[in-house]
Amino acid sequence: MPNLKDLKNRIASVKSTRKITKAMQMVAAAKLRRAQDAAEASRPYTERFNAVMGGLAASVGGSESAPKLLSGTGSDQVQLLIVMTAERGLCGGFNGNIAKLAKTHAQKLIAEGKTVKIITVGKKGRDAIKRELGEYFVDHVDMSGVKRLGYVDAQNIAKDVLSRFDDNEFDVATIFFARFENVVTQHPTAQQIIPASFDVAEDADTALYDYEPSEEEILADLLPRGVATAIFSALLENAASEQGARMSAMDNATRNAGDMIDQLTIEFNRSRQAVITNELIEIISGAEAL
Amino acid sequence: MANLQFDLVSPERRLASVEATEVQIPGADGDMTAMAGHAPTITTLRPGILRVTHSGTTEEYVVLGGFAEISATSISVLAEQALHRDELTQEVYDQMIADAKELYKKHEEVFENEPGPVDDAAKLIADMVAIGSHIGLDPNQSNFG
Repeated sequence: MPNLKDLKNRIASVKSTRKITKAMQMVAAAKLRRAQDAAEASRPYTERFNAVMGGLAASVGGSESAPKLLSGTGSDQVQLLIVMTAERGLCGGFNGNIAKLAKTHAQKLIAEGKTVKIITVGKKGRDAIKRELGEYFVDHVDMSGVKRLGYVDAQNIAKDVLSRFDDNEFDVATIFFARFENVVTQHPTAQQIIPASFDVAEDADTALYDYEPSEEEILADLLPRGVATAIFSALLENAASEQGARMSAMDNATRNAGDMIDQLTIEFNRSRQAVITNELIEIISGAEAL
Repeated sequence: MANLQFDLVSPERRLASVEATEVQIPGADGDMTAMAGHAPTITTLRPGILRVTHSGTTEEYVVLGGFAEISATSISVLAEQALHRDELTQEVYDQMIADAKELYKKHEEVFENEPGPVDDAAKLIADMVAIGSHIGLDPNQSNFG
């Protein structure tokens, strides 16, 4: 039986752990709000952008002169996977889920005989898949210095990806991130960004636009921006998901710590009572012996 | 006079959403002014100044890249980077010029035998300088190129 001193120490240590997880939960909640606001703010841009691109892609996409970013290189031999995760852990299954999705995807492609290249964004995902897929890593983007996610960060990643595409380093690019649904649910998602696919808008009035300069030129100008836009919105979703996952993970941890404290307190009280009873018995039996 | 709904959004935020009487856009092929009833048009933007006139006042924004979607009743400008004129301080502007010059240098090295991208970068600098001289910021022309 653990002695009273040990129990007391344990209770104190679990209590301070609970304080920490509670604080982390509250920090995550505040950050989540900010991340959600940022994601919200980017939505009008992304929506309009995709609508216009959808219209353009529908009218130009079929032709032979369509840019490679839209029509593809005609092959899908070399696949680039961009795995976006967090820089920090303690956020439940967030990093693990994205890494798992990317891993299954990569292994499927390898089994099909495709060449796989991986760019990791965020340290945690890199660590998670390094052991099995480390040989396929081509680059890593470190986001630990980024305090507030900006479009520039997405642009830098996009620039790197596009220059690799121009050098014919890959045929198809897919990004992996977690789509934010709510605090408890985040969906690990794979989205193909090159060749780009857009949901063609239902309303037919897109075809009525005048284009200045020509449709082809606008499309060629906008497609690279589309890559950055897709990456940016994925990064934002990811940021919100990370904080959401951390918040619920820390909430669980706080609750578990509370349960543990209750249990330990009961155990502590019991053993204290046992000690008292023991002493009483000794005193009484001592008195009787006289 | 009929108004048109004007929206200016960048990937990071929505800068403006007002009922405007006219909007002057720095289109890639030249400036154009859109008023209510304009033919539906999509145009790409060059770095420049966007003027919005609404309820008698004119506001200016600096936009870098992106495109504008004009219809008879609304105009949405999707700029990669957009700033209200007041936010464009000399400091921010210097940074932009520096970025443009760096791009030019890089393109000069990479595309030795292709004038296209180099010319584009040179045009970018020229556009940036034009913005600066318009709103009275010093583009440090002496360092040009």
